[in-house]
Order: sequence, then C-alpha cells, then structure tokens
Amino acid sequence: MATFNNTDLAAFKDVWVFCEQRQGKLMPTDFELISEGRKLADELGVKLCGLLLGDNVEGLAKELGGYGADEVIVCESPLLNVYTTDAYAKVICDVIEERKPEAFLIGATNIGRDLGPRCAARLHTGLCADCTHLDVDMDIYKDFLRESSTLAPEKVDGMKTAKVLGEDHDVSRDLKMTRPAFGGHLMATIICPRFRPTMATVRPGVMKKAPFDQAKADACKITKPVVKLTEDDIDTEVVEVVKAAKKLVDLIGADFIVSVGRGISKDVEGGIKLAEELAAELGGVVGGSRATIDSGWLSADHQVGQTGKTVHPKVYVALGISGAIQHKAGMQDSECIIAVNKNETAPIFEIADYGICGDLFKVAPMLTEAIRAAKAAK
Amino acid sequence: MKIIVCVKQVPDTSGKVAVNPDGTLDRASMQTITNPDDLNAVEAALKLKDETGCKVVVVTMGPPPAEGMLREILARGADEAVLVSAREFGGSDTYATSQILASAINRIGLEQDDVVMCGRQAIDGDTAQVGPQIAEKLHLPQVTYAAEIHKAGNAITVKRMLEDGYMTIKVKTPCLLTCIKELNEPRYMSVSGVFEAYSKPMEVFNYETLKDDPLIDPTTIGLKGSPTNILTSFTPPLKGAGVMLEGADKETCDKLAGLLAKKHII
Repeated sequence: MATFNNTDLAAFKDVWVFCEQRQGKLMPTDFELISEGRKLADELGVKLCGLLLGDNVEGLAKELGGYGADEVIVCESPLLNVYTTDAYAKVICDVIEERKPEAFLIGATNIGRDLGPRCAARLHTGLCADCTHLDVDMDIYKDFLRESSTLAPEKVDGMKTAKVLGEDHDVSRDLKMTRPAFGGHLMATIICPRFRPTMATVRPGVMKKAPFDQAKADACKITKPVVKLTEDDIDTEVVEVVKAAKKLVDLIGADFIVSVGRGISKDVEGGIKLAEELAAELGGVVGGSRATIDSGWLSADHQVGQTGKTVHPKVYVALGISGAIQHKAGMQDSECIIAVNKNETAPIFEIADYGICGDLFKVAPMLTEAIRAAKAAK
Repeated sequence: MKIIVCVKQVPDTSGKVAVNPDGTLDRASMQTITNPDDLNAVEAALKLKDETGCKVVVVTMGPPPAEGMLREILARGADEAVLVSAREFGGSDTYATSQILASAINRIGLEQDDVVMCGRQAIDGDTAQVGPQIAEKLHLPQVTYAAEIHKAGNAITVKRMLEDGYMTIKVKTPCLLTCIKELNEPRYMSVSGVFEAYSKPMEVFNYETLKDDPLIDPTTIGLKGSPTNILTSFTPPLKGAGVMLEGADKETCDKLAGLLAKKHII
C-alpha cells in the first residue's frame, strides 16, 4: 500500500461520496450527495466516486452513475450486510488510505453521523458536521456570500486567504463547508486546510437532486477493491434491525407541509385534524414543532427544526407556531411560508411571506375551504 | 465497575440568542446550562448506579466556572467530578477536544467493566462528533443514539435509533455510548444531594496533569491540533417580512388562496 501522509495535500485527488444503503436499498441522501458532489468535482476538475458498502450491492451502483458518479467503488462482504461502526470504518479508512480522495462527503443520517467522526478521528483529519452548503470555487463561494450573508461587499470581494496558525493560506482549492450554528442564527464556513481528505457530513434534504441520466449510468465505472475484514474486526453484534412499522412521514420530500405548534394545546386532536385536512387539500403532510413532539401529540418523525428535519417545501403553513430559532432553522428556506398565529409579535411573522393574525381553529378550516374553492375555480 | 460521563456546559439556545454587532455570538449575556443530551447520559449512568451500585464519574472540559455545573451533577447523585481546564486546550475543534477528553479518561483509568457515556450532541455546536472520536482514540466500540440500555455482566444491550426504526446492538465493556433524550427523564437534584455535592471529590486536570499522555501533543490539542479552521462566520440576512394580511376572516383566506393560485403555487 502506498504510504499515507495526510498532510501531503497534492497527493489527494477526487471527490468521494459515501452511499448509504439499508436493507439493500440506496438512501435518498445518496442521490442528493452525488448530485452535489458532481458540482464540486467539476469545480475541482477531478473525478466523482461513490463509495458503496454492503453485501451483494453491486447492482445498486449504476444508478448512482445516473446522478453523476464517474465511478462507484463497491466494497462487498457478508460482514458489511448490516451497518456496524467497526466494519464500515475499517473498510472505508483502508480504501481512503489506498486511493486518497481529496474530499469525502457523508449524509448526516443517524448512521452517517456515527461513521463520519469515527473515520475522521482515525485518519486524523477535519470533519465539518451537518453542512448545508458546499463550494470549492472562490467566485461561486463569493456569490453565495453576497446572497446569503450580511457581510460587507468589500469584505467578500477581497477574500482570498485564511489565517491558519498565523499564516496566510490560499483557500482557492479548499472545500468551503458552510453550516448553521446556534440554530441558524450564525453561519460558519469551515475549511480543513492542513489535512486530507476534507470530510463533511451533509444535512439530508438540503442538496438538490440532479435529473437521472441513463447514458451516464451506463458509462459509470465499477471497481471492487479487495475487502480485508474478519469477524475479529467487529466488536459489536447487531442482534436485530427493526423497521418502524408505521408509515414514514416523508417531510423532506413533501412539496406542502402544514405544521402545528403549541397553539393547538386547547384542542390537540382537533388541531391536528384541521392540519391534516389542510395538508390533504394541498397534497402534503403534517409536521410539528418540538413542543408538539415533546408533549407527545405527534411522533418524532413529524418534527421540523434544528433537532428534527430540515425541509424546503413549496409551501410551509405554520399553525400556532411562535417561530423559535430552533424551528426556523429547519424551515426558513421554504419557498412560501404562511403563518397563522394569535400573537402578532410572534417571530414566525418575521420570515412569513403571508401572515394571518388570528385563531388557527377558525382560520385553518376557512383556509382549507378557500383553497378548495380556488382550485375548483381554475 | 464505574461509568464515566462526559458533559458540556453550553449556552442556553432555547432562550434568546444574543448576537454582537459584529455578527459573533454574545456568549457573555447568555445563560449557561448543562447540555440537555448530556443530562440523559448522566441519568442513564445514575440508573445503572441504582441497579448495580457502580461509581459515576463526571468529566467536563471547559473554563473554571464549569465547576458549578459539575457540582449540580454531583448533587444529582454522581460520585466524583473532574474538570479539565487549561489555556492550552482552548480553541479546540472536535478532533482536539476528543483527544484531550480521551487522555483525561486514560488518566481516570478505564477497566474491563467500565462504560463511557456522552450525550448525542451539544446544542451549541450540534456536531455529534466528540463521542465517536473519543471512542476511536480509546479504541473502544461505540454505540450512538442509545434509546435503551441494559447491562448484563460485561455485555450491554442497546436500542440504537435509526430514522426509520431501530437496531438492537450487543456490545462488550468497556465501550462508549451516546445518549438521546428518548432514553430517560433526568432526575432533579435533591436537597441532601446539594449538601453532599460540596464534600464530594472534585479534581482539576490541567495541562501539567495530562501532558505525559501519548494523546497529548502540541499538534493534537488546542488551535494547533484542530484540523478545521473557521474561514468566515456570518449572520444570514433576515428574509424580508412578507405581507401581513388584514383580518382573520373568510375574506382574508379567500384572498390568500387567490394569491397562491395566481402565483401557480396551488
């Protein structure tokens, strides 16, 4: 094996995406990350590789090509059938040390957030968690700052280097990883200037999926490195994997979300029913603030916000949600936000495109009716 | 058997988040609390203590005022506390932080029967990285997102949450677990606990204490030991407030529906 010196930056090439599969099915985040990785690989002028681990998963690889992967590295072993930190971290670190990617992206799922830090610690490199925006190209990054920050234009224009341990470091080839901190009140762009690969976990639902291209899928190369893994490498035993019996609430994929907050407390069932009716009329799903989940009114898979899901539907209707930053962090990029709240000073109105100050129990049914009528009139 | 729980003092982001005019966070004006997930880890440790009579040691890295938080956890029932505090440790990212905490755990000593517990993530950084990175540094197996923990002999069975279900994982001690809020309801401090908290052992590990650990090196701690750098930090622009619709009657709703239809949203 080639020697692995993680500070020899020039020796590292290509962008890699960890493609998570569960029970032999690719995760939606894989397509988002491959699409985003394609953009980054183009900015760097390098190849994009998917990294797929599992048992008998080669058949999944070509589909990743259709979203932009030039190559998919497939590591197969019966010991990789179910996710374990030990086995996955070993195989991934082995192949990274062998082939030296420049950047490595992982979806910030419960599994990705278990795997990412373990690998970063072993490889002695930097990992930025839960990124919501990625760039390499400086001009594209500056455009992003002009649009998404309150930084002074001259400060953005002059940006070229970073102070790294007191010295100027040219950041033109570094992966610029932007993520919200403190519930989105503050954004930070992180770089990993001295070590490779630069690692990032990426928030599910944030990156946009590219259209599938069959020609690219056909052209995608598949490589299968030798997997060196024995049972002794694995210190944990997975006794069982249980899929949630209930239907998953697809908040991330929904175009319309009607969310309820503490404002439904006087009639919880009634409030949820009104939200469901409105969601059904729009063809969307019901979400909730953390208050509704903590109170046991809705199950945790409905939660929108910093500790729940990040969503950007076409329309987000917030019924009786005050708009704490933790909630806003998960929905402020929705294309259209409609807020209904009794309190006209509720912070949700600061980001709402349309605000109605009133009782949700009266407004929601009227709104459902009005939308039904408007659709019928078309 | 003992359980070492890593906790962090964090700004209370559920209150008002104060921002300085230059866009940085005004930490001074914010209340601090014990990180919520860490309290679930403390409670899980105390429950095992109730069952087995094991010892619970709580560790934090932070500035000297973090001692107050440690006393509160002693008052909940932990037996010993360790404050890891030194100027050399400042500016650490998750890699360097886990390096330092792992060396502190080495110093406390980890035996065959022991367990390290952390919260899933801290609400200020939200990275969920330090737990797994400590596990890697100490060569321990890890189980993150623990929603149920059962110990039988030197084996621990953990219900580990996934987005679409859960896994049941069996792991041998010593191991590291990260805990989520579904695991338990943290107990309160008791009055007698508060009294006892001040007579319980509290050690401070400074740079001198830890510097001989192989994990501690100028290239692995503090700013110099942090692989990541902040390139820019900024506040996002406030999305311009939209239209506040007058009234909350049928007319208003019809108008809104009309607007949505006109923009081809519905």
